[in-house]
Amino acid sequence: MKAFTYERATSPEQAAAAVAGRDGAKFIAGGTNLLDLMKLQIEAPTHLVDLQDLGLDKIDATRDGGLRIGALVTNTALASDDRVRAQYGVLTRAIVAGASGQLRNKATTAGNLLQRTRCPYFYDTNLPCNKRAPGSGCAAAEGFSRQLAVIGTSDQCIATYPGDMAIALRLLDATVETVMPDGTGRSIALADFHRLPGDQPWLDNTLAEGELIISVTLPKPIGGRHIYRKVRDRRSYAFALVSVAAVLHDDGTGRVAFGGVAHKPWRSEEAEALLPQGAGAVVERAFAGAAPTDDNKFKITLADRTLASVIAEARS
Amino acid sequence: MTPTGNDNATADNVTGSGSSAAGLAATLMPVGMEVNGMTVALSLDPRTTLLDAMREHLRLNGTKKGCDHGQCGACTVIVNGQRINSCLTLAVMHDGDAVTTIEGLGTVDDLHPMQAAFVKHDGYQCGYCTPGQICSAVSVLKEIAAGVPSHATADLTATPTVTRDEISERMSGNLCRCGAYSNIAEAMVEVAGAEA
Ligand SMILES: Cc1cc2nc3c(=O)[nH]c(=O)nc-3n(C[C@H](O)[C@H](O)[C@H](O)COP(=O)(O)OP(=O)(O)OC[C@H]3O[C@@H](n4cnc5c(N)ncnc54)[C@H](O)[C@@H]3O)c2cc1C
Ligand code: SF4
Ligand code: FES
Ligand code: FES
Repeated sequence: MKAFTYERATSPEQAAAAVAGRDGAKFIAGGTNLLDLMKLQIEAPTHLVDLQDLGLDKIDATRDGGLRIGALVTNTALASDDRVRAQYGVLTRAIVAGASGQLRNKATTAGNLLQRTRCPYFYDTNLPCNKRAPGSGCAAAEGFSRQLAVIGTSDQCIATYPGDMAIALRLLDATVETVMPDGTGRSIALADFHRLPGDQPWLDNTLAEGELIISVTLPKPIGGRHIYRKVRDRRSYAFALVSVAAVLHDDGTGRVAFGGVAHKPWRSEEAEALLPQGAGAVVERAFAGAAPTDDNKFKITLADRTLASVIAEARS
Repeated sequence: MTPTGNDNATADNVTGSGSSAAGLAATLMPVGMEVNGMTVALSLDPRTTLLDAMREHLRLNGTKKGCDHGQCGACTVIVNGQRINSCLTLAVMHDGDAVTTIEGLGTVDDLHPMQAAFVKHDGYQCGYCTPGQICSAVSVLKEIAAGVPSHATADLTATPTVTRDEISERMSGNLCRCGAYSNIAEAMVEVAGAEA
């Protein structure tokens, strides 16, 4: 690990200003992704601003019947919340499908949204990677791409967003609230939060330098059957090859989002309108324009079969 | 990622020797914690993980370093009542916290019930993963009792119960190269039964 200095922030505004005002400064929340990457020198911040004292660890009801989740609420606390379990079950299901009990006790809502890709070449500092070292090339293009994205890719990067929680948040139309270094705030729809790699694959999301996430808000509950189905190489403690988050209603309508297939949670409102016609129609529309590699084209078949089994489960 | 448990192998991570190329001299920071019921005051390079603080600075070598990347669970300790991977957190982030390591759960003469059950059921072979397994196992039973859901919980609105499926899912963050999994589960079932 490279040397860095450390401070504990005292207010959201102070935290944002502390990071924006200093080259190489970064926020640290649970630390489970950032420290992992710092040990490999993929991230090398010179200053860390710890967010744990900001009081952003509460889940409050909103006036329009939703929930505002503090950025520092842990994955365990969020998954365990009675309101979330009863009314946003797909969110609890997605969280507990990820990582391990130890990691979820430390991982936070904001940190989880901002976790970086698991592309093996992003982790291997001996090889080119446009996300880690802009302009160096993409080792995955000619390499092993079984885990990587099938849609929304660019010729510069085919990495995925690897997380589970964000797939459920996208399905639930969550928004992300932030504070800017100048003290102003804004709200970003989860749909617009993560980016596609395009020709700037080093940018994972649309946050500005020093912009601090203070909360994630869920609109009021939408009812329905909540299902999160994650397909992976081992039964637990592994990232998704493909995951399906769904809320399905008795009349056959509903919502569906896919994980493990793109640089962001993959949801197409046009495609989910075809849910009454079955999984095949939805997947055909959602993955129209997909550009899989030979190694990962199985993911589209897998998405189809996984969604079919989710629909069958909802009907049973 | 060979588990070494060797002081020399890990000392590098504590001092980060040779890696202050950024020109930043490592400034030591005060860290106060309650470790296994004892108040400790340390002066640490901010890079020091909680794991290295336990092993290298407090000489509590029970907690093990397996992967140093959150992938094996050997470093599991209990902080403010919750199990975490001590390799993926900085000691400075725990100023003011209460830490329990395997040394704090029980002693040779006065084993924690989970330690006794591991002995009885042969819940280990080489023993390298065992301190992390035991810290995790104790916490898993508390998490189930507190109603924390898992991937194996069928009904999210019901209180989870101690089943084999719940145990293996919740213990999946603790790897064992010797494959003692089924005996670990036996030990946990026995302790859970005694508590119920
Ligand atoms: C072995 C292993 C297995 C895993 N498996 C899974 C899995 O199956 N599914 C899954 O979804 N995840 C998995 N994870 C990833 C894990 O969920 C993330 O590491 C965790 O959620 C990150 O949260 P954190 O609070 O620790 O983030 P940190 O590491 O503290 O921060 C991550 C990033 O977010 C930034 N940040 C943090 N908080 C804020 C804020 N409020 N505003 C702005 N920026 C902020 C930091 O600067 C940093 O860049 C796994 C991790 C490991 C190590
Ligand atoms: S796919 Fe993206 S993250 Fe992976 S090597 Fe290519 S540029 Fe890097
Ligand atoms: S040493 Fe492997 S998880 Fe910490
Ligand atoms: S007992 Fe040897 S690794 Fe678990």
